[in-house]
Amino acid sequence: MSGHDSKYFSTTKKGEIPELKEELNSQYKDKRKDAVKKVIAAMTVGKDVSSLFTDVVNCMQTENLELKKLVYLYLINYAKSQPDLAILAVNTFVKDSQDPNPLIRALAVRTMGCIRVDKITEYLCDPLQRCLKDDDPYVRKTAAICVAKLYDINAELVEDRGFLEALKDLISDNNPMVVANAVAALAEIQDSSTRPIFEITSHTLSKLLTALNECTEWGQVFILDSLSRYKAADAREAENIVERVTPRLQHANCAVVLSAVKIILLQMELITSTDVVRNLCKKMAPPLVTLLSAEPEIQYVALRNINLIVQKRPTILAHEIKVFFCKYNDPIYVKMEKLEIMIKLASDRNIDQVLLEFKEYATEVDVDFVRKAVRAIGRCAIKLERAAERCISVLLELIKIKVNYVVQEAIIVIKDIFRRYPNTYESIIATLCESLDTLDEPEAKASMIWIIGEYAERIDNADELLESFLETFPEEPALVQLQLLTATVKLFLKKPTEGPQQMIQAVLNNATVETDNPDLRDRAYIYWRLLSTDPEAAKDVVLAEKPVISDDSNQLDSSLLDDLLANISTLSSVYHKPPEAFVSRVKTAPRADDEEFADTAETGYSESPSQGVDGASPSSSAGTSSNVPVKQPAAPAAPAPMPDLLGDLMGMDNSIVPVDEPTAPSGPPLPVLLPSTTGQGLQISAQLVRRDGQIFYDISFDNGTQAVLDGFMIQFNKNTFGLAAGGALQVSPLQPGTSARTLLPMVAFQNLSPGAPSSLLQVAVKNNQQPVWYFNDKIPMHAFFGEDGKMERTSFLEAWKSLPDDNEFSKEFPSSVISSVDAAVEHLAASNVFFIAKRKNSNKDVLYMSAKIPRGIPFLIELTAAVGVPGVKCAVKTPNKEMVALFFEAMESLLK
Amino acid sequence: MAGAVSALFLLDIKGRVLVWRDYRGDVSALQAERFFTKLLDKEGDSEAHSPVVYDDAGVTYMFIQHNNVFLLTASRQNCNAASILLFLHRVVDVFKHYFEELEEESLRDNFVVVYELLDEMMDFGYPQYTEAKILSEFIKTDAYRMEVSQRPPMAVTNAVSWRSEGIRYKKNEVFLDVVESVNILVNSNGQIVRSDVVGALKMRTYLSGMPECKLGLNDRVLLEAQGRATKGKAIDLDDIKFHQCVRLARFENDRTISFIPPDGSFDLMTYRLSTQVKPLIWVEAQIEKHSRSRIELMVKARSQFKERSTATNVEIEVPVPSDATNPNIRTSMGSAAYAPERDAMVWKVKSFPGGKDYMCRAEFSLPSITAEEAAPEKKAPIRVKFEIPYFTVSGIQVRYLKIIEKSGYQALPWVRYITMAGEYELRLI
Repeated sequence: MSGHDSKYFSTTKKGEIPELKEELNSQYKDKRKDAVKKVIAAMTVGKDVSSLFTDVVNCMQTENLELKKLVYLYLINYAKSQPDLAILAVNTFVKDSQDPNPLIRALAVRTMGCIRVDKITEYLCDPLQRCLKDDDPYVRKTAAICVAKLYDINAELVEDRGFLEALKDLISDNNPMVVANAVAALAEIQDSSTRPIFEITSHTLSKLLTALNECTEWGQVFILDSLSRYKAADAREAENIVERVTPRLQHANCAVVLSAVKIILLQMELITSTDVVRNLCKKMAPPLVTLLSAEPEIQYVALRNINLIVQKRPTILAHEIKVFFCKYNDPIYVKMEKLEIMIKLASDRNIDQVLLEFKEYATEVDVDFVRKAVRAIGRCAIKLERAAERCISVLLELIKIKVNYVVQEAIIVIKDIFRRYPNTYESIIATLCESLDTLDEPEAKASMIWIIGEYAERIDNADELLESFLETFPEEPALVQLQLLTATVKLFLKKPTEGPQQMIQAVLNNATVETDNPDLRDRAYIYWRLLSTDPEAAKDVVLAEKPVISDDSNQLDSSLLDDLLANISTLSSVYHKPPEAFVSRVKTAPRADDEEFADTAETGYSESPSQGVDGASPSSSAGTSSNVPVKQPAAPAAPAPMPDLLGDLMGMDNSIVPVDEPTAPSGPPLPVLLPSTTGQGLQISAQLVRRDGQIFYDISFDNGTQAVLDGFMIQFNKNTFGLAAGGALQVSPLQPGTSARTLLPMVAFQNLSPGAPSSLLQVAVKNNQQPVWYFNDKIPMHAFFGEDGKMERTSFLEAWKSLPDDNEFSKEFPSSVISSVDAAVEHLAASNVFFIAKRKNSNKDVLYMSAKIPRGIPFLIELTAAVGVPGVKCAVKTPNKEMVALFFEAMESLLK
Repeated sequence: MAGAVSALFLLDIKGRVLVWRDYRGDVSALQAERFFTKLLDKEGDSEAHSPVVYDDAGVTYMFIQHNNVFLLTASRQNCNAASILLFLHRVVDVFKHYFEELEEESLRDNFVVVYELLDEMMDFGYPQYTEAKILSEFIKTDAYRMEVSQRPPMAVTNAVSWRSEGIRYKKNEVFLDVVESVNILVNSNGQIVRSDVVGALKMRTYLSGMPECKLGLNDRVLLEAQGRATKGKAIDLDDIKFHQCVRLARFENDRTISFIPPDGSFDLMTYRLSTQVKPLIWVEAQIEKHSRSRIELMVKARSQFKERSTATNVEIEVPVPSDATNPNIRTSMGSAAYAPERDAMVWKVKSFPGGKDYMCRAEFSLPSITAEEAAPEKKAPIRVKFEIPYFTVSGIQVRYLKIIEKSGYQALPWVRYITMAGEYELRLI
């Protein structure tokens, strides 16, 4: 059944479009059809064939269904770019929606809903109304979805025209597919509305459950998913629902099975009878296991969900751990998930077998998988006290293989095991020390150093070992430095001999003088003071007994877990994030908080492996790093700027621009905006200027204080033109009595303030020595007058005429004087107000000029004045009335 | 709770868009292409990446691969991941039904039908209809196009959505294949870590009209419920999955398997059996590595089923180091050859009767030098393939298949049993 459509792709001659145009208008049907296929082929490979719109639409009136479908497809693609022409298609659509053939009726209404052009949408309502009541279920099921389409384009219209009610009526339709699509549409509409629209009553419930038995597999998924928002009234009703849903567990479609599992789990919450619950758990296990025979992609989704299910109801799969053993050919993303579930299901009963598996995995080739396997052994050790020893012996066996990353991973987990079972397994330290040289990853190094410090009294050559690390102290990452510092202090406290004494001196010196890291420096100072004032107190603090950790990493918070269980089978359950975290109703704007999320999603598993010793799992890391009670010492007079503070203060949302290198532009004095009396000696003068088509903030600082001022930063509040700093504010440290002036490039339309236009520009400036200064500036609109504002005489006249009279405004500037027409023209041209024509009217000169601000808003200007006499009358016409007041302000200042 | 996909893309092996259908107008093909090609570049290997990926612009991509084509959806909502991924697999099935094989070439050759199908299978991002057989009744390729009045077949919206009315056959026949795959995983210490049997009842029906079928198995639950003396062996099936034609509520009620079958071939049901079975073919391998000069393999295979059965097409794949050369192989039965592309020696035995032991010895040379920091060798297991006709591990039996159609014809059911190796892995030490 193979086609030969590829020939349509091959027409790439010159003049393709005119040729197609001709063919589209051919008198022969077949030629027209071929031409449309060529157009679609061109569209498919991404060529722009929108210019053929009219010609293609002309082919729409055809009896040939295939051709009609192609034309419709074209319309869906290009109607948006040709909204005015799209209206040409409306008649045919409306006609088709009444065609005797239900395929065509459905096609028409389906396609119309996909054309997101307002004008078309209006015409969609009547056909849709009809199709919702069509005799043919195929048309009704298509119309049901179309309501959701329309709601997406124009929600109000849907509500006004009563489509919601019509949709709700379809839930009682006698055709199961119509019911299923109506449910899908209603669920979607509900999701984008805050009002209750789609509420499942016990009446609708029984309708849905009936349709469930008869509709297609996809429809069953819609219905089951919508049922997940139904809260049963009591245990009896819950049992009832479960009874009706349970047969779905036998469905061949995995999505149906998972959605059924979701409903059963949700309803189980209400069921009080333990027998029933136990029975249900028993019933769900086999279908869940069978999901692992599905395609690997489905397995992945299933495993992510099973991960949630075993957290909520560990008993369901308690005896099935073997099915999660990795097969050699499993894709790596499946293996990773299986491992996670194996850890969750590991118990005293099966640990021996599980360990054998982990050991097997730890010798595979995929590094990430191997590491995870090693870590899994550690997590089992922490979880299962009675198995800890066996876990450790497996880890030791693995260390002996001497594969670098296996050793490092093993040391990291052994450190956690020591934290979990203090004073139990220290005998293995000697073996660990043998691998000292192979450690090159920070986390592994830090873990080993922690172990040495913690057990310094039992390791004879602890000082030598530590010393070997100390040689490279300055080059080590912060994580390792912190551990080295703490470990050395521990060593010194435990063995206050000469060697350690010298070491501690060196470390403290290194950590306080030669480092830029405030955490390290502060911790070192605290140790130093502790040691020098009261060594006994230091012992109490540093060598204090640490609380025992437990393995609760990868355990979700119970309310989040319930949230996710209600979303089984959906993306939410795959990501282990609530839907709000990744679904943005705003169509285009990405959400800031998605970034962190993207990381987890990409690695494909939700574990946040503790990156450092101070890493993600709070319990297991707490002890290793927080021997010092003050973990994050309060930074005295933070040297780093605190942009958040300033941002919070003013409720601004664009980033602070740091002050950097100085530049010294000169020019006429600037208006003083912050007098030195207000600025505690600092005076700020500034003005918006336009240079070479760009807007700058010309700003000057006068330091009248007794101190050097540095770290200047500037921030602009939301404003009418959305002005914001477009680069760094460059001011060098300002000596007392000096001043600095700089040009800060500005960008417009960054942080627009809503509301009526205003010339107000609120500015905040801070430096490292003073409080934040706020002052107001005025935005001169002429800074926005573009170089492209010049209009031709004719277009000026046309534009003037085309604007209605109530777009004309005029104002007197009584104090302005035009002493020479030419000088005035030249002066204004410098500010991009362009001269077009002039005429004499008795003793007065009338000048016609034009100007334009960004986004193509023109100002058509008429100035009337008598030369040398005070008083200029300014009339202006512009499509944007709101800007007129600002415009007059600008003109007045220009004519001063 | 509900969610739909925004667009469906068909991409070539490099991640470039071949054909796409925009369902909701809120994603761009360019962005999807850019994101996906970057993903492919980064991983180099699509296997490595989970099939659900989130980009930082708020779009979730889900994809599967078939031949040299990727099927990818983009979505901005919390859609049903299982349903969408499964849908993509069904789309593959539909395309295969239409074009025999789904690949870049066949998509290009049939783009008009591809668009038509994408329009029919999904609406506004919601999966609608994926029964290839029925779809081809009203969406036809050029080769098969006929001038008939095209209407949606009743089946599209019917409760019986998988079968059209008015099918006629001269001879009414049903073929039923009971196929059991044995999955087994044996640890390096010879211990069976896992074993299960996945069975499938594969049906091919050539029946006229709307036949009502009823299938009887030796299902213990059913037989006991009926209070029958279990003549012969009754079996316990762990988990049964039915094709959508089977009335699930009825099965739940009284374990009756009743259905109106689709026309042609389909999987009526699958089941799983997790009772431990004795490995049908046991393989032991002794591998001796003589320093870095040569490696000796001694493989022993034993059939552990009754003598009256015979395994056919037995294939035993024993991994050897990737740098092995100069194979020298002797077998007591069948033939064995070095397959360097699989880093393995493959031993084939055409016919392997029950209760027999066969041997295979091999010797390979190894290069005397090796990279100092050599990555650890991939530890592949021994893998075995075989088929045993007229035999099932589970002992499942089709007791009857009743076919009732209102025209009252007699139909002949043909039943066949076969057992084969599924994921049959024995780990090496």
